[in-house]
Amino acid sequence: MSPPLDKRAPSLPPLHTVTLTVNGKETQLKLSPWTSLLDALREYMDLTGTKKGCDHGQCGACTVLLDGKRINSCMTLAIMQEGKQITTIEGLAPTPDELHPLQQAFIDHDAFQCGYCTPGQICSAVGMMNEGRVKTTADIRELMSGNICRCGAYTNIVDAIEEVINKQTA
Amino acid sequence: MTAIGKPISRVDGNEKVTGKAKYAAEFNVPDLTYGYVVSSAIAKGKITNIDASDALSLDGVLKVFTYKNRPKLAWFDISYKDQDAPPGSPFRPLQDETIKYSGQPIALVVAETFEVARYAASLVRIEYKEDTHETDLEANLHRAREPKSGIASLLKPPPPKPRGDFETAYQDASAKTNGRYVHAAEHHNPMELFASTVVYETDSKKKPKLTIYDKTQGVTNSILYVSQVFNIPFKNLRVVSPYMGGGFGAGLRPQYQLFMATMAALELKRSVRVTLTRQQMFTFGHRPATVQNVALGALPDGTMNALYHDAYGETSQFEDYTEVVVNWGGMLYPPENVTMDYKLVPLDVYSPLDMRAPGGVTGMAALEVAMDELAYELGMDPLELRLKNYSDLDNNEKRPYSSKELRECFRQGAERFGWSKRSFEPRSMKKDHNLIGWGMATGIWDSNMLGARAEAALLVNGKLWVSSATAEIGTGTYTIMTQIAADTLGMPIEDVLFKLGDTDFPIAPISGGSWTAATVGSAVQAVCEEVGKSLLKLAKKMPGSPFKSAKWEDIEFVDKHLRLKKDPSAAVSLMTLVNLNGGKAVRETSGVFADVMKQKNFTRSAHAAAFVEVMVDEELGTVKVTRAVSAIAGGRILNPKTARSQILGGMVWGISKALHEESALDHTFGRFMNHSLAEYHVSVNADIHDLDVIFVEEHDDVVNKLGVKGLGEIGIVGMPAAVANAIFHATGKRVRDLPITLDKLL
Repeated sequence: MSPPLDKRAPSLPPLHTVTLTVNGKETQLKLSPWTSLLDALREYMDLTGTKKGCDHGQCGACTVLLDGKRINSCMTLAIMQEGKQITTIEGLAPTPDELHPLQQAFIDHDAFQCGYCTPGQICSAVGMMNEGRVKTTADIRELMSGNICRCGAYTNIVDAIEEVINKQTA
Repeated sequence: MTAIGKPISRVDGNEKVTGKAKYAAEFNVPDLTYGYVVSSAIAKGKITNIDASDALSLDGVLKVFTYKNRPKLAWFDISYKDQDAPPGSPFRPLQDETIKYSGQPIALVVAETFEVARYAASLVRIEYKEDTHETDLEANLHRAREPKSGIASLLKPPPPKPRGDFETAYQDASAKTNGRYVHAAEHHNPMELFASTVVYETDSKKKPKLTIYDKTQGVTNSILYVSQVFNIPFKNLRVVSPYMGGGFGAGLRPQYQLFMATMAALELKRSVRVTLTRQQMFTFGHRPATVQNVALGALPDGTMNALYHDAYGETSQFEDYTEVVVNWGGMLYPPENVTMDYKLVPLDVYSPLDMRAPGGVTGMAALEVAMDELAYELGMDPLELRLKNYSDLDNNEKRPYSSKELRECFRQGAERFGWSKRSFEPRSMKKDHNLIGWGMATGIWDSNMLGARAEAALLVNGKLWVSSATAEIGTGTYTIMTQIAADTLGMPIEDVLFKLGDTDFPIAPISGGSWTAATVGSAVQAVCEEVGKSLLKLAKKMPGSPFKSAKWEDIEFVDKHLRLKKDPSAAVSLMTLVNLNGGKAVRETSGVFADVMKQKNFTRSAHAAAFVEVMVDEELGTVKVTRAVSAIAGGRILNPKTARSQILGGMVWGISKALHEESALDHTFGRFMNHSLAEYHVSVNADIHDLDVIFVEEHDDVVNKLGVKGLGEIGIVGMPAAVANAIFHATGKRVRDLPITLDKLL
C-alpha cells in the first residue's frame, strides 16, 4: 500500500465558544467546529443518555429533538445548533420525579432489553408523533425503522408507541 | 406474594428509559484522555514503516502506541487466555510487525480530546509488505482438518462416532434428500460500541490502581485478562459493568479496546477511554462462515433410516474456534445409521466467536431445511414427519432428557398458527399478487448450569442487598435475580436490591450459553437460604421462641416474616430478627455448582417449535415474514414478560439471519466490505410483524433446583429454517444459501 497522495497539513482548527440550549438550560462550551452534537452532549456536557451506535447516521441511537424535530445528533455539528431548543432523553419528562408517557409505556411493554437504543427510540417516537403522520400500525413500523434495536424488541416498541398515541387521541 | 412466575416489569427499566443507565464509555472522569485505534489496511504481511510524526505534531496528541514502543507484556500464551478462549495462541494486540488479518489494530493514538485523537489517527502513515492471504472458505475446503481440542471442548463436544452404516441405509432408502448448505460470516453488532474507560489512580506505594469500565459479558473475564497480561495484582484492579448495550456473544472475550485503554493508562499514568468505531466492530470475532452437507433417507412410511451431516467452519490461523454444528440431528432423530463430521478451515481472518446459539442455529438451519425436503420427497406434511420420528431419547448418548415437552410445543404451536389449514403443495396459497408460504422447524439448545457465587445481606433497615459479579446484557438478570431473592426470603421486590457487574462482588462466569438464570439464579437462591438459616438461628434465641425445635424444613418466609409452616401464627418479622443481630446486617456469601451426580444420566435441553408465514412478491423477490409463532419448552419461566422478550429477540434474530445478515468478504483485499449498519443489514422495525410466543409448561428438577433452562438462544434456533421452508412453500424454490436475498428468488 502506498501512502496517500495528498499529504494533509497537520493543523487543528481553533476552538469556538458555542452556546447550546439543552433541555431548557443554556450552556457555554469551547468546542472545535468539527465536534458533533452527539460528542458535545456525551463528552462535554455529561449527557450520556444520548447514545453513539455508529456515528454515521445509520442506527438512530443518537436521536434527539431539535425544536421538536427528531435528528441524528451524530450527523450535525454542535456549532450549527446554537439558538435551537435541544431536547435529549434526560429532558423529556415533565419533572425529575415523573416519566414521559412514552417512557412509562416502554417500561410497561418491555420495549427494550439491553437499553442502549432506548433513548433514541423514545426521542424518535416523540418526534414521529410531532410529525403527525401516523395513521396505522404499519406507519409506526415504517417511521420507526431508522432506529435499530439489535435485541429485537420491535413488536413491543410498536405496542408501547401505539398505546400512547391511542391515549392521546382518545 | 410470590414474585417468581409473575410478569414483573424490569427493575432497571427506569434507568434505561431515562438515560441514567451508564454503559462503559459513559463514565466521565476529570482529565480523561481518548484513544483512537488505527486498523490494518491489509490482511496478511508485515508493517515495514510507521510514520507518526504528523500525528505527534498536533497539539493535544500525547502518544502514538505501536508494536515498536509498547511496554513489555506477558510472555506466555496462557496469560492471554480468557474464559472463552479456544485452543491455540490468542491474538496479542501490538505484538510485533506481523499482520494476521484485515482490520487488525496496529496503533493507538492518545490525545486530550476524542476529536484530536480521531484526526491524528488519520495522519499515521503505515507502510506494509503484503503477503498472499486466504480468506475464501469455499476455495479452501481441501485444507480442512480436524479441530484441536481444549477446555472449550467440554461444553462443545466433537461429533459422536458414526452409528450403523449410513452408506448402505441411504442407498436402501425410498425417499432421500442430499444438499449443500452455506452461510457467510455474520457479525454480532450490538448497538453499543465496544469501549473501555480506564480510570488511573495509584495506591499508597505509588503503584497503579485501575478502575476499568468495560463492555463485557463478564467482569471476571476482563479482570483476569488485565491482571495476567499487565501483571497487576487483583487488589489494584476493579472492573465494573453495570449495563451492557447488547452482547450476543461479542463480549464473551475481552476485546482489544480493553488492552489498548489499559496499556495507555499505565504508560501515560492518565485515565483513558478507547471506543471502537462501528467499522472496527467488524475486526474481531464473528459467526464463522460454514459449509454443510446434509443427506437424509427414509422408509416409505416416513421412518428415517439414514442421516449424514458434515460441516466445514472457518477459523483463524492462530486459534481453533469450534462450535457444535452437526451433533443435533443425531441427538433429536432416531435413525440407526448416522454419520456426522466437523472440520475446520484456517483462514487469514480473526478467530470466530460465539454468536447467539453458536453452532446450534447454524446446524439446525441446514438440518431442518433438509427435513422439509425429505417431507416433500415423501409427500408427507413436514410436522407429521417430525412427529413420526419423535424421540424421547438423546439418540447420540442413548439416554433420556431431563425433560422434553417438544411434542407439546408442536401441538400448541401448530394450533395457534393454524397449521392444519395448510395446503401441502408449494405455490398453492396466494393473496392478491403475493405468494404465501407456511413453514416450520424444530429448535434445540443445551441447558447448562455452571458454578457461581453470590452475597446476600439483610440490612438493619429491613432491605435485602444481594450481589454477584454477573452481567446484565439485556436478558433481564437484574429483574429475575431480584425475584428469586425476594421469594426465597418472602420479601416484596421493592425491598430487594440486586447488584451485578463489579469484580468487588462474588465471582460469576461470563454470561452466555443461556446459563445465567440457572447458574447465578441458583447462587442467589442458595445464598438467600443461607441468610434464612442465620435468621432461624436468631429466632431460636428469642425468649420463649416458638422456633426452638424448628428445623429448616419446618419454616417458611412469607410477607417479610419467618413462620412455622404448621402454625403460621407463630411468626416473627425479619426486621425483628435482624435487630437481634447486635446492630449488624445478617450477611452470607456462598456458591453453587451443578449437581453432577443427579444430572449424569440425563441430557438437558430446551426445545422449540417455530412456525412462520411469509409473503413473497414474485416479481420483486421481496420476502416479508408476516407472522410467526414460537412454542418454547424452556423449563420454568421466572418472568413471563422478560422471558417473552428474550424469545421475541431470538425470533427477530432468526428472521434477520434468514433474510438479511451476511458479512461479505472481498477476497481480493481479504476484508469485510459491508462494515457498517447501512450495509450489514439487520432486521429493522418494518421487517417485523406479528410475533407470538408460547411457553409450554415444563417441569424439570434435574437441570437445577429452580427448574430453569435458559432462554437466550432457544428462540433463534428453529427460525431460519422455518423461514426458508416457508419460502419454499410459497415459491417452490429451495434456497440452501443464507441469507435468502431477493436475487436468489428472482
